[in-house]
Formats: sequence, structure tokens, C-alpha cells
Amino acid sequence: MKISADEVRKVAGLARLRFSEEEIPQLAAELDRILTYVDKLSELDTDGVEPTTHAVPRVNAFREDEVTESLPREKALANAPADNGASFVVPRVI
Amino acid sequence: MNISDLTMVSARGLLDRGEVSSVELTRAFLDRIGAVEERVRAYITVDRDAALAQAAAADRRIAEGNAGPLTGIPISLKDVLCTEGMQTTAGSRILEGFVPPYDATVTARLKEAGAVILGKAAMDEFAMGSSSETCAFGAPRNPWDLERICGGSSGGSAAAVAACECLASIGSDTGGSIRQPASHCGIVGLKPTYGRVSRFGLLAYASSLDQLGPMTRDVADCALLLSVMSGHDPRDSTSVDEPVPDYGAALGRGVKGMRIGLPAEYFSAGLDPEVEEIVRRAAARLEEAGAELVEVSLPHTDYAVAAYYIIAPAEASSNLSRYDGVRFGFRAADPADLLELYLESRSQGFGAEVKRRIMIGTYALSAGYYDAYYLKGLKVRTLVARDFTNAFEKCDILLSPVAPTPAWKIGEKISDPLSMYLSDILTIPANLAGVPGISVPAGLTAAGLPVGVQLQAPHFREQDLIACARAVEETAGMAGRLPELD
Repeated sequence: MKISADEVRKVAGLARLRFSEEEIPQLAAELDRILTYVDKLSELDTDGVEPTTHAVPRVNAFREDEVTESLPREKALANAPADNGASFVVPRVI
Repeated sequence: MNISDLTMVSARGLLDRGEVSSVELTRAFLDRIGAVEERVRAYITVDRDAALAQAAAADRRIAEGNAGPLTGIPISLKDVLCTEGMQTTAGSRILEGFVPPYDATVTARLKEAGAVILGKAAMDEFAMGSSSETCAFGAPRNPWDLERICGGSSGGSAAAVAACECLASIGSDTGGSIRQPASHCGIVGLKPTYGRVSRFGLLAYASSLDQLGPMTRDVADCALLLSVMSGHDPRDSTSVDEPVPDYGAALGRGVKGMRIGLPAEYFSAGLDPEVEEIVRRAAARLEEAGAELVEVSLPHTDYAVAAYYIIAPAEASSNLSRYDGVRFGFRAADPADLLELYLESRSQGFGAEVKRRIMIGTYALSAGYYDAYYLKGLKVRTLVARDFTNAFEKCDILLSPVAPTPAWKIGEKISDPLSMYLSDILTIPANLAGVPGISVPAGLTAAGLPVGVQLQAPHFREQDLIACARAVEETAGMAGRLPELD
């Protein structure tokens, strides 16, 4: 197995996801199949190959540092599950 | 007026000559939606009143002599593009009821050109899928056979165009999500070069692969829509500041002297014999029309899916972290604390496939696995991109199937994620390399299912795709062919 049930729980925590104990074995099996398939990449020798993060050659995109209009507060808050008219509201943190 | 005979180009003529008003045209499409939508389920949202108001405004603009290229033309948008004032869900419960406070750049450009937006098309949740079955609001059906998938992830867009529920649609393509459903539904779908079209306001799946493109009845409409969508946008730093050619001018260019490469790896084992026959016949017809066929090789094709299923989920795991139940979207009821709010909102809001890809991506990026998975994937991406550079030294266009098989039955692959992933083997490489690709209808199988031909070109050579696709269209006898839904 490439990924254990414990690792699935750990990764879920990092991803801020929660799975029931019944879901974990099946998820682990699915992830294992995918990771085993993906492992075929190790057949390729990539020593000295540069990684590609951007497919089309580009240099930095600069723009003038000018103040422009931003989203008005009421529009930014319009989709909030909870707000107080000025901020997003979440359960008390401290 | 029979809306099944119309294209955007022909509708433009009718509108400009005053033979039909945009309100009449829009009403005809809304009636059609009313008649077939229960069977096709192509839309998540249809906004009748907003569409008719836009149509009335379009009629005024036409009367004033100020018509833009799309003024009065009814279209749909994949529900992944932000539309100010109209719900945008990305096919996910986590965004149910989300009404964007702004338009995506592409939405704004289409509105400026005068398009009437009928509604938002169904899609795989967050564009993650190849069949549109992961859509949280019901899977759209293939209008050619309602028991079959319409492809994905832009399946609702393809089904809506094929079922005549709009004149055209906009899709997004991260690993084939425009081209594959276009092939399965018998329409034209083009994924532009990465950076050709702004991604601002496109709900991100994998930012280095995502690209928006037209899904249309024919190649001329595709050229028209691409011209409207393309161009630099300061709000997307990856959009490219290159001049936009007149894509319509390429339509009559023909293929004489064009070198068309047939990549051996795209015709390998696992390819459905009927699909192969239709695609090879299309190639032979281009040769008769004056093109030169050459054998080429893209030796790393077989590794593209593996690289994609590291890179795309890795980017997705980062992009989708914004759905946390705080600023927009679904929030779970009565969370005990902030961590519970995150965990429960995300776990209840996302569907199974989205969670699976977030998990793969988080794993591939986590400490100890980054080099083995993510960095390795990026290096193989380089090898896949080099294959294209090498192949394009020998040819101008690559011709191949879009998908190894015609549309499969609903439910057939949904419980086997890996077999679903592998069905995208012929479309994923273009996203990794950033090259443009188009699917154009080339024939029907014995069972009456459409099969598309895929054409791929070097970066920013969309005009060559248009020229070649038009030649396929002219010789394949599929132009204007629509499914018999009635």
C-alpha cells in the first residue's frame, strides 16, 4: 500500500476535510490505485530536466502601481454566510 | 424561422436585416429549453426574464445601428464563469446560491459584444470529471442518446448546443473538458493556447492548465466567438499581450500544402475501431484536399495522464482552499469552533470526486512527497511539452481522435475513478504543453453516436486550427447535423 489509513487521516487534516471511519478504507484504496498508477512516472529518467510550471514562455507581468477602484464592502459581504455589516463573522477564536 | 437551422453567423444576418428580432429569437430558444430540458438537463440556471431584458436591449441597439458582433444572439455559459447578479455554482453544493458581485472578463466581453445570456450550463463539480456526472445538481444527458453521458466537464454546454437550447456556449478545458464533450455531442469545441483568453472570473480548478473556449454549431461560429473572447487582460497576469488575428479570415484558407501529422501514440491500443476509421477517413479527405500527411511521434503521451493527476490535483488543493465557509458559499450549521466550521463546511459542501482530488493534491504537495510526486510531475510535463515542439518541426497540425471511444453509458465509469481519468489520455497533453486544440465533428458510429477529430497546433496558431477544422467540416458531411430529440 502506498498510503495507509493513518496517512489518509493525516492528509485529510491538512486539507481541512473530514471523512467518517467507514469512508477511510475505501478512500485509501482509491488513492492507492491512483498513486500506484502515477508511479509510472518513475520509469522516466528526468535527471537534468527543468520542471515546467508555465507552458507558454513568459517574463514577469508588470503594471503601473496605481490605486484603482476595489470591491465595495457591501458587495464583498453580500455572499457571506454571516456578517455584521462591516466584517465576516466566525465562531470566537480566542 | 427554424432555430435548428441557425448558426450565430446566420442569425446575425437575420437580426441585421430585421427579419427576426432578438426578443423573438430569445423566446424561441427559451421555448425550446422548456420543451427538451426535462430530458437533457443541460442547465443549472435559466434566467428567462434577464434574457428577455437583454434581448430587448439588443433590439434597441440593432435599431440604433450600434450592433456588436454578437448583439441579440442567445448563448449559454458553463456555470464556472462569474456572472454578476446570476447564480454561479461550478456544479457544487458549496456554491449553491452564490451570486457573484462581478462579471468574469469573458462574460463582460460577451455582454459588451451584445450576447444574450440564457443561463448557466451544467458541469462536473469544479470541472473535475469527464462525464458531467459529478454535477451536484443532476447530470446532463447526451442529446444523441439520452442513456449516455454528454462528456465533461463542459457537458451541459455541449448538450445545450447539440439540443438547440442555445446557439453557442462557453466551456473551460483543463484536461479536455471542451474538446471531449464537443466530440461526444457532435459540435465544435476549441481550447485556445494557454494565455490567449483571460481567466479572470473563471472559478479556478488548475490554474496553469485552465483555459476558456468556444463551443459552437460550426467552425465559422467558433472563429467568431474566439475573436470576441481573446486578448490581453491586465487582471489575469498569465494572459498574453499578443495581437488577436482575424480568425474568420482563416476560414477560406484551405489545407493545400499544410503538413498534417498523425501521432502514432494517439492511434495505439485501446482505440475504438469505429473511432479510428472515422478519424483516418477525415485525414484521407484532407490529403485529397491538398494537405500532406506525415507520421509523427509524441513518445511521452503515455505519461501525460500520470503527470496531470499530480499537477492538476496539486493546484486544485491550493485553489479550493478558499471554500472555507467564511466569506461566501456553504457554511455548516452550528460549528463549535473555527476548525469545525472549516472541516464541516468543506466536508458537507464538496462532492466525492472533488474531495478525492484535494486529497491527492494535498498528499503530493506534503512534506516528504513533494520531490517524488509534484517535482517529478513538473519535469515530465517538460518532456510532454518537448514532444510537441519536436513534432511541430515536421508538421503544422496534429490530427488525432479526441477520445478513445464514443460516449459511454451513464453510470458505466463513475465508480472507477482511474478508468475515467484514463479516458482523457488524448486531450490532457495539450493542456500540459499549453498548445491549442479543437474538436470538430467527423462522423457518426453505426449506433449513431458522434465522433470528433482533434486538431492541435503550436502556441498561438488558432488560425491554422480554424482553417483545417473548416476543411474537415466541409468534407465530413456533419455540418448542421443535429440529434433527433423529438
